[in-house]
Amino acid sequence: MIRLAVISGKGGTGKTMVTAALSRLLKGTMVLADCDVDAANLDLLLHPKRIQADPFMGMKTAAIDPALCTACGECMEHCRFDAVGPDGDAYRVNPLRCEGCAVCMYVCPVSAVAMQPRQTGEILYSETDRGHLVHARLVPGAGNSGLLVHEVKKTAQERDGKSDLFLIDGPPGTGCPLISTISGVDAVLAVTEPSVSGLHDLRRVVTVCRQFRPRIFVAVNRYDLGPSLTRDIMEYCREEKIPLAGTIPFDPAVIDAIRAGIPVTDAGPSPAAQAIQILAANLYLELKHLGNGL
Amino acid sequence: MKLAVASGKGGTGKSMVAANLAYTLSQTEQVTLVDCDVEEPNLHLFFPAPATKNDVTMPVPVVDEEPCDHCGKCGEFCQYGAITVLRDRVLFFSELCHSCGGCTLVCPKRAIHEEPQRIGTLSISAPLPGLKLISGLLDTGSPHAVPIIEAVKERAEGDPLVICDSAPGTSCPVVATLDGCDACILVTESTPFGLHDLQLAVDVAARLGVPAGIVINRSDGKDDATIRFCIDHDLEILTTIPFSREIAAIQSRGDLLCRIRPEWQKDFSALAAKCRSLAGVEQ
Repeated sequence: MIRLAVISGKGGTGKTMVTAALSRLLKGTMVLADCDVDAANLDLLLHPKRIQADPFMGMKTAAIDPALCTACGECMEHCRFDAVGPDGDAYRVNPLRCEGCAVCMYVCPVSAVAMQPRQTGEILYSETDRGHLVHARLVPGAGNSGLLVHEVKKTAQERDGKSDLFLIDGPPGTGCPLISTISGVDAVLAVTEPSVSGLHDLRRVVTVCRQFRPRIFVAVNRYDLGPSLTRDIMEYCREEKIPLAGTIPFDPAVIDAIRAGIPVTDAGPSPAAQAIQILAANLYLELKHLGNGL
Repeated sequence: MKLAVASGKGGTGKSMVAANLAYTLSQTEQVTLVDCDVEEPNLHLFFPAPATKNDVTMPVPVVDEEPCDHCGKCGEFCQYGAITVLRDRVLFFSELCHSCGGCTLVCPKRAIHEEPQRIGTLSISAPLPGLKLISGLLDTGSPHAVPIIEAVKERAEGDPLVICDSAPGTSCPVVATLDGCDACILVTESTPFGLHDLQLAVDVAARLGVPAGIVINRSDGKDDATIRFCIDHDLEILTTIPFSREIAAIQSRGDLLCRIRPEWQKDFSALAAKCRSLAGVEQ
């Protein structure tokens, strides 16, 4: 199995649009995962049929029993996350701030604090035309997104480990969800755009990827909106010896396809669709060189 | 007033709105612009200026070998799996540590103390007479974004007008940015992706009790679904910015719309006025 994650650093460069098209264009059997768990969009283009939904339990959170609480304030004093505050005659935990460390339970002299399991999301296992999709829903504002990414990837690999390709739609950024996404993958495709922000964020996400083992490929989306920055990105890729897998022009057909809820490559011929077909062909050859049975 | 700019979906134009709002307001008052997208901060690209840099640290445990008898209580207590106690030594995984201090409390031999560990940097600059920029930058490979967001926000504490630019998404970094703000602008684009993620962002703002208003960016006129959503949820559409190749080009080369096309300043002044009334702040 080859594991490929589509990432970007900067948000909104076209990760999900490219991932959906690649799911159509790359050959072989496939399992998909949407690891942008706090703003998952891949299902809006692939319209999966739900097979199973399992609760995702994040970290336990503290709860104070007001009947036992003597309002001594030890919990608030020791909480480093500002998650505990007075509430009438007792103290109360704000679950949005609680990180589940259990220090308040340890310091409470009257055992009024309990650590309670809390469902903070759902892991969904679904069927698409191109194979199974594992995705998730995180309760808005909940933490543990890195842990949820790990669970999503684990589910895909346990249930569909025999697939030729594991295609992952990744999160933006460089923090815990991104690190959780790229750990253990064979290759990443970083989708960027010709802007100073796009290049800045690409450099940072490449630095993070270099701390892991994947081969790195780059695609430039909307390349014609900033020709001189596209040249800067190409120059950067040459210096870093990162293969440029493709360039995609700005094309209103992309927004039309997203609004129609389909990958742009399903919407008939367009400049963007053609560019992504070339990108997919290049990428497929490169991935084949990695071996692992593709 | 402390104002946040967030979005749910990435790349909708948060930094563009935050930077132009700060630029416009800094002509007439003191503005502190805070880059809370510490994983991928970009505001310094729009306001290049020499900056003072400081390390951001978090306290992590250090075990003193002498008193430690490897009883294992710290490892049992740590909810994050950051400590493993072997027969003759203690292993510590700093990327899993949340700095809760629990291990130092539970150690019966008082063999654990804490030392600061660097997780990123905080930069402060004054790119314009009326503008202070505070940026957080997470070290690459570190997962600890939230302590850096808290550090940059703390630096802006007490400043009269603070604008915080958030990371995309709806999880901890966004919560840390929005928490304590008087109002937030949610920047969206009129696609199913934009609308789907806007719904989640509206939910987060509501859970935190932060009043939210909407900016529709890169509008091509097909905004019906977004407008309907805003009407159904009593959300004010603060302004609509059209799609234009010129705006895209100005933004992509790191320039400011309001500097190149000063006529846009009245739109951003009006946006600020609407944010003040959203926040319940006297004009």
